[in-house]
Amino acid sequence: MARELWEGNQAIAEAAIRVGLEAYFGYPITPQNEILEWMSKRLPELGRAFVQAEAELGAINMVYGAACTGARVMTSSSSPGISLMMEGLSYIAGTEVPMVLVNVMRGGPGLGNIAPSQADYNQICKGGGHGDYHPIVLAPASIQEAVDLMPVAFDLAEKYLNICCILIDGSIGQMMEPVELPEMRPVVRKDYPWAVNGAKGRPRRILTSIYLDPPEEEKTNLRLLKRWREAQEKEIRYKEYFIEDAEFVVIGFGTAGRVALSAVRAARAQGIKVGLFRPITVAPFPYKRLAELARQASAFLVVEMNAGQMLEDVRLAVNGSIPIEFYGRLGGVVPFPDEILSEIQRVAKAKLRADSDPIADWMKRMEMIAR
Amino acid sequence: MQTELILSGFGGQGIMFAGQVLSYAAMDAGKQVTWIPSYGPEMRGGTANCTVVIADEEIGSPVVKNPDVALVMNLPSLDKYEPLVKPGGMLVINESMVDRGARRDDITVVTVPCSEIAEEIGSIKMANMVAVGALLSGLKELTVADVEAALNAHMPGRHKHLLPKNIEAIHKGYEYARAHTVKAKG
Repeated sequence: MARELWEGNQAIAEAAIRVGLEAYFGYPITPQNEILEWMSKRLPELGRAFVQAEAELGAINMVYGAACTGARVMTSSSSPGISLMMEGLSYIAGTEVPMVLVNVMRGGPGLGNIAPSQADYNQICKGGGHGDYHPIVLAPASIQEAVDLMPVAFDLAEKYLNICCILIDGSIGQMMEPVELPEMRPVVRKDYPWAVNGAKGRPRRILTSIYLDPPEEEKTNLRLLKRWREAQEKEIRYKEYFIEDAEFVVIGFGTAGRVALSAVRAARAQGIKVGLFRPITVAPFPYKRLAELARQASAFLVVEMNAGQMLEDVRLAVNGSIPIEFYGRLGGVVPFPDEILSEIQRVAKAKLRADSDPIADWMKRMEMIAR
Repeated sequence: MQTELILSGFGGQGIMFAGQVLSYAAMDAGKQVTWIPSYGPEMRGGTANCTVVIADEEIGSPVVKNPDVALVMNLPSLDKYEPLVKPGGMLVINESMVDRGARRDDITVVTVPCSEIAEEIGSIKMANMVAVGALLSGLKELTVADVEAALNAHMPGRHKHLLPKNIEAIHKGYEYARAHTVKAKG
């Protein structure tokens, strides 16, 4: 297929449609309205289901119902809207049915603003709603990567009977890049042994998230855990740049990761042996690979558009073996490459300690920025 | 090779579209490109800008603090972006909407009355295309022919009748800019 210039939100919507999305339910919120808008035009003309629900609660529960029939289904929203969906997401996880969720993150907490942010990492990577479960979370850094991950997201959701979340921020939703979209595939309804799709001529099936008998609920929890452990084993994805001879490694996901790429290139041009590690699956998290890199590098620099949420996972991977520094921008501020470049220069020169407090040190430097 | 551009003006001056036209041309020329708008709660008459990055390899940051090229369509944009252009870079000013010239002499300055030229052609709405033409006079990555071809290929059918005037606007801007460029000193 030829390259076409697409806006992120629209490209994601069209990619989902082309890989067999049967139904979309959603409610408008900036900066992801163009997903809903695109779906509202395209799905009805293809004879598929689109409903603009009365609110996010309605939307996620419509997704729940459609997922129970075995339909390929998704919704999308932005941070405050995702918060509203948490109850439904937990029910979907507890019922073990597949769905895709797109979160185009914005500044928060609360109503916040509509600027790009990565502050919902903990919310979705550490479970989302109540109960013991882990959604699979993919964090693309470009529109092409988001498009390429759409079929992957549906396949993972269906393989692991789980929620698969595409986690991006407003800038990826709003920007335009040349993209190659997948070919249009026919909708194929899989014949799942669990789907409730009419019991005529076969025994009834029941899908539920209620297990009043605690040992039964415990079995369910163990089932979820077993699938999660398998996903941890098999589904890790990441991208590395200039890693081979890197003495320092910058780690960032999504937009923070790609902004860091510019900084890493500039630092390389100055002779600093720095590489970039960009996790694509942020849940499951690439702990093992980072532990390996911690044996090669003398320090890590974690860059995020939040107050150090993924930093906690990196610290878990490294387990105190090398110093980890942190640089974050908050509340919808996107770092410029030169900010990250000066952090790389600092890390390359400074005498760092593995037992230092990266958040405390960064906050001191942030006070300088704020002044 | 990477070139970074910021285009800025009032909402309604066609700044976003101007950036998209350059992006289409860059894509069709086989390059990597990103276009990112300022997408705050803006409205007609407020300020708007977009950043375009054109490169040969995978693009890192789509946001840019110090662009190689700034196109400013009004005074607030001139005030904001003139100090940010990289030394040796280029500043394109829509002379029709500012009451001062450039203050820096370490950048190439192109001053073009985009709105007046557009009105002469037939509509002030084409000031953005005059500005694109002016910008192309100093941009190594893209030619006027690239942009013409991109407009032809990507303008929706219902707008095709506007094409000749838009192309005329690009040529006029290009020619005017060639005669009204002050090169960077040093």
